[in-house]
Amino acid sequence: MSVEAVAATEKVVYDRPSSLVDLPNHYCPGCGHGIIHKILAQCIDELGIRETTILVAPVGCSVLAYNYLAVDGCEAAHGRAPAVATGIKRVHPDCTVISYQGDGDLLAIGTAETIHAANRGEHITVIFVNNAIYGMTGGQMAPTSLQAQKTKTSPYGRNPAEVGYPIRACELLATLQAPVFIERCAVTSVKTILKAKRAILKGLRNQVEGKGYSFIEILSMCPTGWGMEPREAAAWVETDMAPVFPLGNFRDK
Amino acid sequence: MATTLMKGNEAIGESAIIAGCRFYFGYPITPQNELPAYMAARLPKVGGTFLQAESEVAAINMVYGAAAAGARVMTSSSSPGMSLKQEGISYLAGAELPAVVVNMMRGGPGLGNIAGAQGDYFQSVKGGGNGDYHSIVLAPGTVQELADLTVKAFDLADQYRMVVILLGDGFTGQMSEPITLPSPTGRSFDKGSWSLTGTRGRQTHLVASMRLNPDDALAGLNAHLQEKYRLVEGRETMWDSLQLEDADTLLVAFGLSARICRSAVSAARKEGVKVGLFRPITLWPFPAPALAAAARGKKKVLVVEMNAGQMVQDVRLAVDGAAPVEFYGALGGLTPQVEQVVERISSHVG
Repeated sequence: MSVEAVAATEKVVYDRPSSLVDLPNHYCPGCGHGIIHKILAQCIDELGIRETTILVAPVGCSVLAYNYLAVDGCEAAHGRAPAVATGIKRVHPDCTVISYQGDGDLLAIGTAETIHAANRGEHITVIFVNNAIYGMTGGQMAPTSLQAQKTKTSPYGRNPAEVGYPIRACELLATLQAPVFIERCAVTSVKTILKAKRAILKGLRNQVEGKGYSFIEILSMCPTGWGMEPREAAAWVETDMAPVFPLGNFRDK
Repeated sequence: MATTLMKGNEAIGESAIIAGCRFYFGYPITPQNELPAYMAARLPKVGGTFLQAESEVAAINMVYGAAAAGARVMTSSSSPGMSLKQEGISYLAGAELPAVVVNMMRGGPGLGNIAGAQGDYFQSVKGGGNGDYHSIVLAPGTVQELADLTVKAFDLADQYRMVVILLGDGFTGQMSEPITLPSPTGRSFDKGSWSLTGTRGRQTHLVASMRLNPDDALAGLNAHLQEKYRLVEGRETMWDSLQLEDADTLLVAFGLSARICRSAVSAARKEGVKVGLFRPITLWPFPAPALAAAARGKKKVLVVEMNAGQMVQDVRLAVDGAAPVEFYGALGGLTPQVEQVVERISSHVG
């Protein structure tokens, strides 16, 4: 009996979300992007918005995210995804527009675009993948790199006296009046993944319902950039990152 | 035909609305502020969107997003702000998105001043951002032409999926003149095969300039762009001329400089010196063959610009030694003076 024939006789309890393209991805083993893409695709499926969703992918590891999600996709210059998403959303207010960004993109080169899109209350959903490092370019210090964290450009550890402390995006954006939803999650365990999925679902639903700007930060693993085994990397998020970037909701209105 | 007294910057705004532009993103900078102010007041009345961005960088990327979404969209700035937009213009070119970008040039480099100038010829015509690309560059010289070329710019942008730069100067933007507002051209361009609208039953669309894989994909994109640029060069050059036939000396100038040169042609002819004027309207594509023909047999070609000599390089390439090419430039936000132009014509002919 073929696999298909067996499957046909069984009740399907788990399947690839239809919004996720059946394609091997380029992410490293243990990277969080694959998990986040999957839960994002599940949320798009659950809300039935695949055909009205437009994804803006950033410069960085997730630059090819549009290859993995079966929605209209748009490339953006480094840091400019919220501005590009603004232009798209203003033309198609009936579409769900997602700005998917990493830490260098969102909090270094694109800080102005991040803050102002949030402050205008653009009706977009920003998914911020914080892995405390520049992955694509080979492991440089990010605005969210931890104090004493060693990277290619902080080989002796991040020294706050020279380069400051990690920036907390959720706390920063929570000073603004317009955002309707701000939450920090992680993808280190089944429990945190399910919670992250609920937050993404909420962020997308807010947009579908015309409520306004939603921001979901996800603490994620970069085993390659950190020089760790995948399991070790997931543990590091919990033991080292989460105390600096506390998980939780910062805005829900 | 009814005429309206309009300031240059406002004439651009109204003409953009006539052309069907309903999205404007920009950031304040002198001397073009009347244009965003006009759009802020008018666009909401016609169902459009005006948005003041947090920077020139954000504004051009909002333009990129709106263009990707299939809209007719515009931004405007002046020289220092245009420098900030160059990254976005390169991305627009790479992703083949249509957009109209207005640059009312001012004196530079750096912060310079707020007087009109023509120092951004190189930046506009030779690229400005990274990579092998061109924008179509239109050089209006009067308020009427600002209006007419604005409408034309939107059609050109859509037809070739290119950035069209309306390269004016601070003086022309600030001038008020009676004009006849242009009519809509009625041309429409189907963007359904590439724009982002949500899939709604079709295959996914992707707007991107990146071509990582396979290895020759980026070469393919570039070859396609170059083919398109050759097509535009063959079809879309525009120029204007004045009293070429019997001229011994040929003036070559664009925009406001050309307007001053028209007076110089009259003034010189009153003194019995036979002078003609060749005025490129498209700076890219540059009307090189027409200029070469116009320059043939002339004793001198005098290029007049409000810069230290930028277009003169393209004039030399076009004339290719058929006549001596001289240059007169007014620097730092100054305008060429008719008497000076005439003096230089006379000193060169004889």
